[in-house]
Amino acid sequence: MVNTIVFAVAALVVVGGALGVILNTHPVRAALSLIASFFGVALLFVLQEAHFLALIQVVVYGGAVVVLFLFVIMLLGVDATEDLNVEPIDGQRVGALVVGAAVFGLLLAGLFVSGPGGDKGAVALTGQPSFTQAIVENPAFEEEPTDVDLLADDLFGRNLVAFEATALLLTIATVGAVVLVRNRGAEDLVVDEPGSATR
Amino acid sequence: MGDPYLQNEVDIGDVGLAVGKAVVAFTVLLVAVMLMVWFERKVVSRLQNRIGPNVAGPFGLLQTLADGLKLFFKEDIIPTNSDRFVFKLAPYLSLVPAFLTFAVIPVAGDFSGGQVDAATGLPLERPGTVTIFGRETFVQVADVPVGILFFLAMSSLAVYGIMLAGWSSGSKYPLLASVRASAQAISYEAALGLSLAAVLLVSGSLSTIDIVNTQAAGGGFGGFTRWNFIVTGFVPFIVFVIAGTAELNRPPFDLVEAEQEIVGGFHTEYSSIRFAMFFLAEFMNTVTMGALIVTLFFGGPAGPNLGILPGWLWGFVWFFSKLLFFLFMFVWFRATLPRLRYDQLMNLGWKLLIPISLGWLLLLAGIRFARTDELDFADSAIGNTAIVMLVGVAGLMVGGLLLSMAARAARTDRLENEGLVAVPTRVLVEEE
Repeated sequence: MVNTIVFAVAALVVVGGALGVILNTHPVRAALSLIASFFGVALLFVLQEAHFLALIQVVVYGGAVVVLFLFVIMLLGVDATEDLNVEPIDGQRVGALVVGAAVFGLLLAGLFVSGPGGDKGAVALTGQPSFTQAIVENPAFEEEPTDVDLLADDLFGRNLVAFEATALLLTIATVGAVVLVRNRGAEDLVVDEPGSATR
Repeated sequence: MGDPYLQNEVDIGDVGLAVGKAVVAFTVLLVAVMLMVWFERKVVSRLQNRIGPNVAGPFGLLQTLADGLKLFFKEDIIPTNSDRFVFKLAPYLSLVPAFLTFAVIPVAGDFSGGQVDAATGLPLERPGTVTIFGRETFVQVADVPVGILFFLAMSSLAVYGIMLAGWSSGSKYPLLASVRASAQAISYEAALGLSLAAVLLVSGSLSTIDIVNTQAAGGGFGGFTRWNFIVTGFVPFIVFVIAGTAELNRPPFDLVEAEQEIVGGFHTEYSSIRFAMFFLAEFMNTVTMGALIVTLFFGGPAGPNLGILPGWLWGFVWFFSKLLFFLFMFVWFRATLPRLRYDQLMNLGWKLLIPISLGWLLLLAGIRFARTDELDFADSAIGNTAIVMLVGVAGLMVGGLLLSMAARAARTDRLENEGLVAVPTRVLVEEE
């Protein structure tokens, strides 16, 4: 009962936020709708008792990523309503429509395959039992593992190589970004950094 | 795991208790803010050889109330240039996270370890609980299983209030402030999170009540040698206090509302009750940050039970005394330290606090690993720990040296590009 109500509210927030992102012509309001949508997703995570994931969703996506979006919007001054009739890349809209329809179709297919009576979740799509089930049944956990334990076991046990590779990739991306900015010429930099020009 | 009264089937009484706790916490926080504003004005006045508020009520205690009422009845101005919806939304985005963070902090409860059940004479299974209306519960609004992350989530949301207030005002000084606010929040959240990670490492839990429990365990004189500021070795505590002050936008990190440079910063265009809400949020955050430092590093409500009062009340007494100390510290910072320049702020955050807290976290993790039986450098666990510490400290020093060399090289490079005379390195070091 309570679960259903919370799910309904969360789903409304998610869909409403998503609609707000694409329907708002104002970039800042679209970003605000995005935060609302992320919050709804976090609520859905809480409903699944994935507390850790829910709060990471808020910290990383709701907090850091959208702050960065807003930062860029404010710095670049794209406050003004963009002309929506101009298509930046030819065929972009048609492409987006096709990809969107494809993703939606995949989701629907997943839902039907895992519908009532059929297999649930990962088993329905891959034919393999889910990792989570295997971990929960792992005798290494003396008491019932929390979601943090499960996630840690998955990230630092089974998927350690992929995890470290991702970390390396992100570091390379950061260094790359710094190098790209730095190479633009030293004279631009002097203006950017307060306090350095006078000495 | 979890608040005891919610373990069984939840009935209407449990819901009532939850709502009641939220209402009480909100009231307590409001009163605390009122007193905090008075406390800050009074202490700053004394530190500046003034008297401070002394007319409204005894010792000027009611000054905040008078100011609040005044703000209430003032005209609410919304600038023509503003984005009306966001302009009205922003104060709430500031206020709500400020209150919600307080919900995860245990403010009282008996953690002295000697707690026994009056009926059976057996030690109670859960320290820190009280019984309200026949329901056993913690003295905190909600025991979120990942309470510390909840704090981080709320503090990362709080920046929206400031950012959007500045942007929606449609005026240049608030916009400058909001750009500063977002950059500052992103920079210092990393250091804050890393110093928190050290506490989580030694406590082994994300729940605030468990963090208090691990610090209270071991009895003794309130078990204060087990408090995290000692267990984690001071450095995370110092980093947390600095990063926390920056996160609060309090002096010396108040670039967001630097009145000498950008008028009032993000709240320049705000007036009346909307301004009061920002003010309220700021002081709520200050109280909560103090409470969080107490919880994370100083054992929260843990402390010896000295008799006379019931045990849970001693918890409150200890918590409040510790909190008062840190609130005084924040005020002291404000009265003593001059504001940082923007580049100094960024240097401190990125080149000092983040590397130090990251290195310290690695060292702590190494030491914890050395205490397990999986290493055999030496015959004993102590020998292992000593070797790991030596290697770890040496590694950190090499890393620090490399980092400072890189920073120095970058700086010299930049100065040469500017065509300036190369400044002797000694002077540069002093400036940083």
